[in-house]
Amino acid sequence: MTRIVVGPFSRVEGDLEVTLEVEDGAVREARVSSQLFRGFERILIGKIPLDALAVVPRICGICSVSQSSAVARALAGAAGLEPPKNGRTAGNLMLAAENMADHLTHFYLFFMPDFARPAYSQRHWYPLVRQRFEAMRGSGGVEALASRARFLELVAILGGKWPHTLAIQPGGSSRAVQRAERVQLLLVLREFRKFLEKTLFGDQLERIAGLGSLAALAGWRDARPAADSDFRLFLEVAGDLEIEKLGRGPDTFMSYGAYDDGDRPHFAAGVFEGEVHPLEQGAIREDGSHAWLQEGAPRHPAEGLTQPAPDKSGAYTWCKAPRLGGKVVEVGALARQVVDGHPLARQLVASGGGNVFSRVLARLLELALVVPAMERWVSTFQPGEPFCLPGEIPDGAVSFGLVEAARGSLGHWLTVGEGRIRGYQIVAPTTWNFSPRDGEGRCGPLEQALVGTPVGGRLGEVLVQHVVRSFDPCMVCTVH
Amino acid sequence: MSFLCSDVSDVLRTLETAGVNFLWHPSLSQVSGAEAIEILEGCANGTVPLDILCLEGAVLCGPSGSGRFHVLSGTGIPTMNWVRRLAERASHVIAIGSCAAYGGMSSAGVNPTDACGLQYHGEKLGGLLGASWHDPSGLPVINVSGCPVHPAWVVETLLALALGDFGPAELDQLGRPRFYADQLVHHGCPRNEFYEFKASASKASDLGCLMENLGCKATQAHADCNIRLWNVSGSCLRGGYACINCTAPGFEEPGHEFARTPKIAGIPIALPVDMPKAWFVALAALSKSATPRRVRENAAVERMVVPPAVRVSRK
Repeated sequence: MTRIVVGPFSRVEGDLEVTLEVEDGAVREARVSSQLFRGFERILIGKIPLDALAVVPRICGICSVSQSSAVARALAGAAGLEPPKNGRTAGNLMLAAENMADHLTHFYLFFMPDFARPAYSQRHWYPLVRQRFEAMRGSGGVEALASRARFLELVAILGGKWPHTLAIQPGGSSRAVQRAERVQLLLVLREFRKFLEKTLFGDQLERIAGLGSLAALAGWRDARPAADSDFRLFLEVAGDLEIEKLGRGPDTFMSYGAYDDGDRPHFAAGVFEGEVHPLEQGAIREDGSHAWLQEGAPRHPAEGLTQPAPDKSGAYTWCKAPRLGGKVVEVGALARQVVDGHPLARQLVASGGGNVFSRVLARLLELALVVPAMERWVSTFQPGEPFCLPGEIPDGAVSFGLVEAARGSLGHWLTVGEGRIRGYQIVAPTTWNFSPRDGEGRCGPLEQALVGTPVGGRLGEVLVQHVVRSFDPCMVCTVH
Repeated sequence: MSFLCSDVSDVLRTLETAGVNFLWHPSLSQVSGAEAIEILEGCANGTVPLDILCLEGAVLCGPSGSGRFHVLSGTGIPTMNWVRRLAERASHVIAIGSCAAYGGMSSAGVNPTDACGLQYHGEKLGGLLGASWHDPSGLPVINVSGCPVHPAWVVETLLALALGDFGPAELDQLGRPRFYADQLVHHGCPRNEFYEFKASASKASDLGCLMENLGCKATQAHADCNIRLWNVSGSCLRGGYACINCTAPGFEEPGHEFARTPKIAGIPIALPVDMPKAWFVALAALSKSATPRRVRENAAVERMVVPPAVRVSRK
């Protein structure tokens, strides 16, 4: 067996190292390591609860609104506040804008450039893929960046700026949308839709969102040549390389439910294992047995601790291993869509589980599903009705906030005592996906997904790179 | 990531035409792993010329000075040590963001990782490289501070360096480029009329001035946020919340609740820069007594209830 250490990874957010044990040209075992510890959970201890609104989003420059949304929800729970409908809608729009911008960034800047590597120079699609997706030079990346920059004006209008808005408050949003501004918001969304329809998909968003089966997807793909749009080009590459055979995950999927519609989320909450089960937040445990953290039995995040132990033997990461009822679960766009019951997502998982293809496809599917929803949300603003309600955080409270970030389920657990934060624990999407082994020896989702991946020869570690990036990791959030 | 919101079309090509080529960028570069380490090692040992080193994120010196809270993946070597070696070879060093400049949010609270900036620890000179460090041209670390940074602050600093148009006189006394740090966030604030009359917001989402009650430091914060604007059309004040002075060292520990103005006898402790307290008190009292009904009523609501009067001339 040969040991290979891969890192640093470019085109992922933050610091990642993967150690592979390779035998007979394939990965036999993988260890995933988060190499950065900043201790935000310790920084927050002793602070005034509302100050978490300023501290927590600064964990990450790419998942900032998700972090804001989770802390605002945890504080709202503590204060017994229910944001008014307008405030909720503004929050949904800002979170959706960040999530959609992230999906776009992942496709154009992080994931696709790997197919423009010289290792693929003999494939029939290579010249076009290189022209569109070569890192830092591809024409697709340039167009996507321009579109993304313009699209994020949505957060400027609703929340001042991206990243690190402070507009998302426990009682709603600090920025009431004026009547005429609804048109500005729609204009920004129309421009983004135009880019998606013309450049990414080459078709109407509603047509893409309505692709209800693998057969419908294949029929759509074959109706026009691969050069017609970036999505068709991706399908061509994916089919040629059979990337659906790469990166099979644990095939248990979790979603906290995305975009708060009041009664129920826009995308449902739950756990999918062939069928949907209700989500039991109380069944979450974080296991620190392989992290550079002090030993102890797995704890629910509400009782969680983060005490560094950099010399601990047997540890290989700063990341804890969250488990749901003892199970290793995968989170992200695919999990969200499978749990919500999108027919194409369900078929993808039924035929090949969570894999490189199904994860990337689910993100693109979400772009086609969510942007039209955002257009509808804008039209539901009621000028004249409140956006933000005042409230007080009590001197003592236990609360939590769950949201779906672009990369999956993000949870904050908060304890307040004598008017100060006494406990704050964060479990981020990539904490789930890139978790290490737990005390029972169960590998995390990426550790499982890497097993069997071919390594060496002409392709070297390129397939490993596809598997890693298919999760769209954010290492900055993972350990925080 | 904030940098990628630049409104310069094809910003990477624009920089390239000015002579700025990225040797390696963690979020954008094609190469990973061994190839990336080869580039970094080449720069560190002097075989690859390194014109500008940009660091994002605080330097983590803990635990016990070992730097092990942040090891550069694939190398087994603390990032702190890599940064020290690379800085010795670079023609210029830029700290991108308040963490890399001063320690920032990473150094808040108990500072669990002994985080500091490249040449500052909070307001104190020193940091990783030490107070006397300078690049071969005589410049200290350039602190493009802010949390986040405005993309244009980064792009314009890089371009100015590439054009050879950037000397020590371009930096303020905290190492920040003066092209943005010589402005106050207050300049261009759309709530200026509320400020003039001290017509104040009392809760988040009110339209009034945020200085008196909600912690706003725009009159003391060095940046051009309300002149340049963010993501096409925004700023903190436009988003309905206080400026927390994120370009300044120590902003992460203001000594009071971020969104509440500390006061003594009803007067905010921190007054606008360059303003004598007696004058502030006198003017505030005078302007409060002169506040028009329109301004007073609009200050305490989410949307304008009294529009400005329209004057029709009668001939």
